Amino acid sequence: MTTRDEVVLDVEGLRMRYGSTEVLRDVNLRVHHGEVVCLLGPNGAGKTTTLEILEGFRMRSAGRIEVLGTDPAHADERWRARVGVVLQSWRDHGRWRVRELLAHLGRYYAPYSTDRVRRPWNADELVAAVGLTAHADKKVRMLSGGQRRRLDVAVGLVGRPELLFLDEPTAGLDPVARREFHDLVESLAAQQDTTIVLTTHDLYEAEKLSDRIMILDGGRIIADGTAEELAHRIAGEDEVRWTHEGRHHRHSTSESTKFVHELFQQYGEDIADLEVRRASLEDTYLSLVRQAESGQDEAAPVNESREVHR
Amino acid sequence: MNPTTTALRAGWSRGLIELRQSLTNAGDLLNHFLWPVLMLIVTYFVRDVSFGDTGFELGTLVLPSILGMNSAMAMVTMSQLLTAEREDGTLLRAKATPNGMAGYFTGKIVFVSFGLIVDLAIFLIPGLLIVPGLSVGSADAWLTLIWVLALGLVATLPIGAVLGSIFASTRSQGLIMLPMMAMIATSGIFYPVTSLPDWVQWFAQIFPVYWLGLGMRSALLPDSAVTVEIGDSWRHLETIGVLGAWAVLGLVLAPIVLRRMARRESGSTVAERREKALQRVG
Repeated sequence: MTTRDEVVLDVEGLRMRYGSTEVLRDVNLRVHHGEVVCLLGPNGAGKTTTLEILEGFRMRSAGRIEVLGTDPAHADERWRARVGVVLQSWRDHGRWRVRELLAHLGRYYAPYSTDRVRRPWNADELVAAVGLTAHADKKVRMLSGGQRRRLDVAVGLVGRPELLFLDEPTAGLDPVARREFHDLVESLAAQQDTTIVLTTHDLYEAEKLSDRIMILDGGRIIADGTAEELAHRIAGEDEVRWTHEGRHHRHSTSESTKFVHELFQQYGEDIADLEVRRASLEDTYLSLVRQAESGQDEAAPVNESREVHR
Repeated sequence: MNPTTTALRAGWSRGLIELRQSLTNAGDLLNHFLWPVLMLIVTYFVRDVSFGDTGFELGTLVLPSILGMNSAMAMVTMSQLLTAEREDGTLLRAKATPNGMAGYFTGKIVFVSFGLIVDLAIFLIPGLLIVPGLSVGSADAWLTLIWVLALGLVATLPIGAVLGSIFASTRSQGLIMLPMMAMIATSGIFYPVTSLPDWVQWFAQIFPVYWLGLGMRSALLPDSAVTVEIGDSWRHLETIGVLGAWAVLGLVLAPIVLRRMARRESGSTVAERREKALQRVG
């Protein structure tokens, strides 16, 4: 069992090459116990590749990796029992009933139970935890897309993993199912027993779920920090809008509070319709990806990895 | 408990659970019955046709041969299941579970073997009522049937698993039926092999189908029927030799090929196949 402040995931100089195409060129990242970290990036940025290497499902070309203190490329079944992978199901195990499947998959984890971590998670409790109690005796193929994704999470959790990987968990979900899924991940994160690493290309999701966001683009991590940190450090500029004598004005500034104060000092009550728009993660993301793609990523100031405590 | 033992036990129950699912499912039940019933119809029509001057009806010779052929079909079942479950991600789930692969394969072996026994019973029990002259009264007959079946499974299931990991999709998997049909046609299942040309006889004797047929005939036919066979002998030693050779080949190849296949599985490979399969549908 990992404890607080312990490094759960440590990656240095990770490279991945397929033939002559370099998918990952120099990925460095570090995740601590209990963190919820999101790997964000455009399609083809290498998110899935990175995740699959960390899961031990894919061999890397170069670099040093430690996941729960072990190199996943040479990890044994004991390590496997501590890691949860949420896979996107399609039609596998369609005839199994929900509880039956979870109880079955749980059996494999029983020998890896310890005093600190009781494995597996009891099937009934797990079914309840992911909100599928009403469907526990349904066949998997009868579940809706959202229910099925919750079952996928349950399968990932059945061994009470210390580290959980989710690859694009909400792709293809409708807004309701997506909201339910977010609640599920948030309740998991609140218990702080499980470190969670997820990928997405949905900015809202990244901001909502994670303590820390890493933006992956062009095969490297171009930014790393909380959503606000990223917004401030990179885009940095808030937008201030107001009307004065019937005319609309707009001004971009990194010090919006000070600017507004000065505005009132100058014009007093003549100012109307004041609006301050914070730099959003979207602005940040777009400006980062644009920078990276024009080859200026070396200049990005938040590239160093920092300790984040909750 | 030791993790491997746990996984093997979990695999055992996995096989039984899947067998239950298969036997309580209309589509699968149809499959379980279709083939045996077709074979029963074939047997029914040849039950009175006498074969040369051997004094035996073709039906009597054909029934045990069909049992042998059906046993060999377990190879195809194994192969199809493996390709399908790699495509749909079942295998990847096993890979993400500690010792899950060991459990998965144990489950498949249990499922296919017991499923086969069910299929054989569906054919054999009514078959015995149609066809006269089988020596089913002795314990010897059943013992021979059991060892031939057991050896046949050890010879065919690992090879089936190897074939299953070679095919890229369930679609290309269909191709396996062509060589299988050729094997069945030449193996003296529906007509004694001794009445086929010499070169066909040699070809047939390479593959398990012929030997499973021969083994089943040696179990269920009276001793006097041996005159229909090559060399007027049941050739038990040769049966053990050839089926044993296939078993060794399969047991050596299977772990290597399966490991190689499992190593390549990941979320994105499954997603890719899903995409391809959905494109075909759409």
